[in-house]
Amino acid sequence: MENLKVPTMAECAAKGEMPEVLFWVGCAGSFDDRAKKITKALVKILNHTHTSFAVLGTEESCTGDPAKRAGNEFLFQMQALNNISVLNGYGVKKIVTACPHCFNTLKNEYPELGGNYEVIHHTQLLQGLIDSGKLKVQGGSFKGKRITFHDPCYLGRANNEYEAPRAVIEKLDSELIEMKRCKERGFCCGAGGAQMFKEAEKGKKEVNIERTEEALSTNPNIIATGCPFCNTMMTDGVKHFEKEESIKVLDVAELIAQAQDL
Amino acid sequence: MISSIIFILAFGAAIYLFSKNIGKVIRNIKLGKPLDRSDNRAERFKVMAKVALGQSKMVIRPVAGIMHIIVYLGFVLINIEVLEIIIDGIFGTHRFFASPLGSIYTLAINFFEILAVGVIIACVVFLVRRNILKIDRFSKPELKGWPFKDANIILFIEIILMGALLKLNAVEANIEGALEKPFIISQYIAPFFASFNQDTLHIFERVFWWFHILGIFAFLNYLPFSKHFHILLAFPNTYFSNLNPKGKFTNMESVTNEVKIMLDPSYTPATDIPAGRFGAKDVNDLTWKQLLDAYTCTECGRCTSECPANQTGKLLSPRKIMMDTRDRLEEVGRNIDINGEFKEDGKSLLGSYITEEEILACTTCNACVQACPVNIDPLSIIVDLRRYLIMEESKAPAEWAGMLTNIENNGAPWQFSPSDRFNWANEN
Repeated sequence: MENLKVPTMAECAAKGEMPEVLFWVGCAGSFDDRAKKITKALVKILNHTHTSFAVLGTEESCTGDPAKRAGNEFLFQMQALNNISVLNGYGVKKIVTACPHCFNTLKNEYPELGGNYEVIHHTQLLQGLIDSGKLKVQGGSFKGKRITFHDPCYLGRANNEYEAPRAVIEKLDSELIEMKRCKERGFCCGAGGAQMFKEAEKGKKEVNIERTEEALSTNPNIIATGCPFCNTMMTDGVKHFEKEESIKVLDVAELIAQAQDL
Repeated sequence: MISSIIFILAFGAAIYLFSKNIGKVIRNIKLGKPLDRSDNRAERFKVMAKVALGQSKMVIRPVAGIMHIIVYLGFVLINIEVLEIIIDGIFGTHRFFASPLGSIYTLAINFFEILAVGVIIACVVFLVRRNILKIDRFSKPELKGWPFKDANIILFIEIILMGALLKLNAVEANIEGALEKPFIISQYIAPFFASFNQDTLHIFERVFWWFHILGIFAFLNYLPFSKHFHILLAFPNTYFSNLNPKGKFTNMESVTNEVKIMLDPSYTPATDIPAGRFGAKDVNDLTWKQLLDAYTCTECGRCTSECPANQTGKLLSPRKIMMDTRDRLEEVGRNIDINGEFKEDGKSLLGSYITEEEILACTTCNACVQACPVNIDPLSIIVDLRRYLIMEESKAPAEWAGMLTNIENNGAPWQFSPSDRFNWANEN
């Protein structure tokens, strides 16, 4: 039995405590079996570094990102206004999230609706913990491994964060290999814009197959991501090429947690 | 004297026609919805200087980028010479700047001649890329027909105009007393004209001179009808760039009011925002900036070649979104020209030009926005069309309808109970 300490905002408020940062878990991180592992890896790191945090638990609800991208502004704003009322009710100042979609929405689209927070992606939090010396990282089992990082669109192009995940991966004494299309020119995994929730339109190929092919061409041991949806798409891609035995798709948080045996 | 009058008439006609057509373009752009981009002037000038003037996004693809910079420099600098041509044309002078500038003049013309050769070489390479190598992004379906021809016409005109400039100088090199000494490139073309007598050379000189300037006047008036319009519009278009993070989609205030009333019936909106249509069905539902984007597009296709949907064979092409927007806007403009005001024609951007299948294939990854060398935002149009489709026509694909219902009822895109949301913390 893992011994995770996951305080909720409600518990903190009852004790009169104010955690430094709210961990916004997101729908994937809460419900998707694969993404839940990423959530727990991040919690382990937060526990390990004695970071003062809390989650909303059952008070959390979808940020509305897929509704907004699909074109349903009504539903998006319903979600946003309800979430903002919860967040503002607790006086939340800083949010960390392991999902670039939640990250983007909370950071960029909530302020105009009255939700003003400092929002960071978990790779930025990890970079901060490493830089401040709170988190010591050694390569562990990843030492010398070939890792390629797939840029999530909503972390990269959408918010210009390309360095934090790479800075964290580089601490693992592993070899970071770039795909041909990376950073500003990173190729989408195919899940964004609410595509995750429907079949693709007619075409020659699935987007995730095209992207996985490119990732595999770097001959990696690990494909690293920073988004639960990219993770799903790349994992499916690796399975499509029957490489799941030799190539793992892992979130940056999982790399760090596993390397430190957390 | 007579030639001066003819020149002034031609010059006046060119300027008049150009202004008239620019006026129509401005009128068409103003059909768009208001959008405030008057903020951050310093930052906007910086973006324009970097992206339009400095061509910073062009060189991401080095071959096309460097070639383009040669043509661009050639265009801008050689046009300084047009000033002299216009002065000569009006006052009947010959190389007005030659004697006051002296050796600087020779230096400048020599530099222009080198640039002219560079432009010719680059244009030939571009023609080869389009017509012989048939590079993928120049062979997409949306380029069939006029757009393909348009590109070739532009390249040929540029080659011909640059050729006329060099030949003019070459002829003058053979005319006694015309030049102090021949110029750096045209001296090698000069021998081709050496066998003609002086009278014939004077005729040649006039022919090339008139050909060059009339060609420029014609080209100027071709711009508003061509993809080549970008040489002018790239500057305002980058100045009015979206300065927000690319992931931030616009907030629809009209929706905010309605949602706030739904959540709190006592809520009274502070400002009176007309509800109107949600999202965009036609060009007049788009903002003026989105319409300016459409006129600025030069159909290079960098957006489409980076688009994950297009690259995996889907119908969506961000370039086509821009071309369709411009085509529809031009159609609406012609409608207004004929009828005095827009007369319903039973057509719309979504439906008559852009299909649902195209806009539904977008992953909103922003690759097209990132790729555009003049900061066009095809994604914002796609999203506005989706908003119309979903909110006005309720035409969500079945799977999306399910996903949206789940968010509404369960607070998650999947069918899980909200009370199970925190279960992960206690699971193994």
